[in-house]
Amino acid sequence: MIRSLLAPFLLAAAVATPVAAQDRVVVVGGGLAEIVYALGQEDRLVGRDTTASFPPAVNDLPDVGYMRALSPEGLLRLDPDLIIASEGSGPPETIAIMQNAKIPFVQVTEETSVASVMERVSTIAQTLDAADAGRALVARLQAQFDDLSQVTAQVSAPRRVMFILSAQDGRINTAGAGTGAEAMIELAGAVNAFDDIEGYRLLTDEAIAAAAPDVILMMDRDGAHALSDDGIRAHPALGLTPAAQSGRIVRMDGIFLLGFGPRTAEAARALHDAVYPTTPPRQEG
Amino acid sequence: MGGSDRARPTGPHAMRGPSGDRSLRARVTMAVLVVFVAMTALASMGIGAAGVSLPQVLSKLWSGEALSLREQVVIFDIRLPRLFTGLLVGASLAVSGAVMQGLFRNPLADPGIVGVGAGAGLGAVLAIVLGSFLPAAVLAMVGAHIIPLAAFLGGWAATMILYGVSTRQGRTSVATMLLAGIALGALAGALTGILVYIADDQQLRDLTFWGLGSLAGASWTKLAAAAPIMLAALIAAPMLARALNGLALGEAAAAHMGIAVQRMKTLAILTVAAATGAAVAVSGGIGFIGIVVPHLLRLLMGPDHRFLLPAAACLGAGLLLLADMIARLVIAPAELPIGIVTAVLGGPVFLWILLRRRGIVDM
Repeated sequence: MIRSLLAPFLLAAAVATPVAAQDRVVVVGGGLAEIVYALGQEDRLVGRDTTASFPPAVNDLPDVGYMRALSPEGLLRLDPDLIIASEGSGPPETIAIMQNAKIPFVQVTEETSVASVMERVSTIAQTLDAADAGRALVARLQAQFDDLSQVTAQVSAPRRVMFILSAQDGRINTAGAGTGAEAMIELAGAVNAFDDIEGYRLLTDEAIAAAAPDVILMMDRDGAHALSDDGIRAHPALGLTPAAQSGRIVRMDGIFLLGFGPRTAEAARALHDAVYPTTPPRQEG
Repeated sequence: MGGSDRARPTGPHAMRGPSGDRSLRARVTMAVLVVFVAMTALASMGIGAAGVSLPQVLSKLWSGEALSLREQVVIFDIRLPRLFTGLLVGASLAVSGAVMQGLFRNPLADPGIVGVGAGAGLGAVLAIVLGSFLPAAVLAMVGAHIIPLAAFLGGWAATMILYGVSTRQGRTSVATMLLAGIALGALAGALTGILVYIADDQQLRDLTFWGLGSLAGASWTKLAAAAPIMLAALIAAPMLARALNGLALGEAAAAHMGIAVQRMKTLAILTVAAATGAAVAVSGGIGFIGIVVPHLLRLLMGPDHRFLLPAAACLGAGLLLLADMIARLVIAPAELPIGIVTAVLGGPVFLWILLRRRGIVDM
C-alpha cells in the first residue's frame, strides 16, 4: 500500500529530472540518513534534519531543523533536487511548497518492524537509483535477521524486559505496546514487561513492582535522565524487581537500539546477547 | 521625555492639555511608524534563507522577463503569504493588547490574562491530540486547518463563557471578568495538562512547537480564512478610541460624556476575541507583542487612544516582521519559533519600561 502511495512521487521524480542528476539530496528522519550511508550514497547528501546523528559524519551537513517543523526557505536554500523524508515530516504547508517548486518529496514509512526496515532500504535505494546496492543491503540484512531468528527460536523461557526511557526525579517512563522499544525487545527474543499499556507512559511504583521484570533495558545517557545501577537498587520499586536483584541491567546506545535502520539486526543481536548472557550476569550488564 | 509622560491613560484632558505639542508628537511618531512598517515589509520580502533578492525579482518583473520557478515559489508561495500573515497577526496582537488595557484600565491587561489565549491554546491542543478521532467526513472537510480552526473556536468559546459569567442584566463587570478570566485560564490549563498527559511523543513535540508560535506555516488558504476576521477587528478597533479615552476617567464619567458604556464594552470584547483568536489560530502562541507595544507607545506619544490604536497596529506589525526575519535567519537553514524571538526581545524591553516607570512615577 505504501508503495502505491509513493508511486506518484517516484513518477514525479523520474519525469522532473534524470535520476542521475539527483546530486543534491536532503534527508529528513534519523534512520533514513543511516540508510543513505549504508547504500554508499552519502556524497549526494546536502542536508539533514535534527534527528539524524549517525554516522557521526552526518553531523557535518547543514541541519534543516526538527523534522516536523521544516522551514520552506531553509530547504530551498540548499537547492535540493530530492528530499527523502520520514512519514511524520512536515508541516504540510512546507511539503505543499516543495511540490509547487517541483522538488520531489519522497515520504518513507516510519513503522518499527523488520518488514518496514527492508521497505525503507528498497524505497530509498530505488529513489536514489542505487537498486544494486539496495538489493545487496537487503540481502545482507535478511541474512542477519535469519541468523537472529534461529538464535531466538531456541529461547525456551523468554525473559521479561522493561525499557526505561527516562527516570527524572525517580519517576520512571517506560515503553508499552506499539513502541519501537517493544519491537526491539521482541526481536531479541524477549517479551515486554509492560505490553498491557499503550505507548510511552509514566509508571506508578506499584505497577513496577507488580510487573516484576527480569531485565531492565536503558539508553546509554548522562544527565538528569541517567540512572546508575546503585540508583536502580535504591529506587523503592525498581529495587524490588528480579532485574535489580540479579543485576540484569542493560544499557545500549539510543540510536543504535531504536533507529530501525541498517544496524537493527546487529542491535537486536546485541540485545539478545545481553538479555541471555552465556556467562553469569555482571553488575555492568 | 518629560515628566508628564505617564503609562496610565489619563483621559481626554491629557491630549487637549497644555499644548498641541502632544498631538504633534503623536503625528510624528505615527509617520515614523508607517515608514518603519514599510521598511520591515520590504526587508522581509527581500531577505530570506533561500537567497532570492527582491531588486532582481522586481527588475525581472519590470522588464517582462520570466521569473525562475524558484523565485516564483519563494516570492509568491513563501514570502508574500508570510508577510501578510505577519502584518495582520502583529497588528491584531498589539491592538488587542491596547484595547484590553484601555478596557480594564489596567496596563497589565492582555488577552492572555482573560483566558482568551488559554482557550485558543486548549482548542489547538485538543485538535493535535484528539484530531485523529474525528469522523473522516469532518477531517476531509477541514483537512490541515483543523488546528487553526479549533484554536479559533477555543478562543471564541472562552470569550463567550467569560462574557456570560461577568454580565448581569446587561451590565458587564470588568472586575468579575478579570477574575473569571484567571479562573478560565487555570481551567483551560488543567484540561490542556490532561491532554498533554495522554499525548504521545510526537504529539508532545507538536504541542511544544505550536505553543512557541511560528509564521512558518503561513499559506494563502490559511490567510484567506483568518484575514477577514483580523481585518474586521482592526477596522472596528479605532471606533472604540473615543470611548476608551472616556472610560479612562471611570465608567460614570464616561456615561456622563454620552458614551454607551455597555455597548462599547461588548464591542471591545468581541474585537479582542476575534483578533486574538484568529491571530493565535494562524501563528500559535506569540507572546509579548500585546503587552509591550502599547506600553512603549504610551511612553512615546501619550495615552490618547485615537493615536494609540493605529500606532499599535503599525508597531505590532513591524516588530513581528522584524522578529520573523530574525527567526528565519539566525539558525538558517532551520528556523526558530517566533515566540522565542519575541520573548527574548520583549522581556528586557518590558523590564526596562517597568524600571523607567518606577523612576518617573512614584509607585
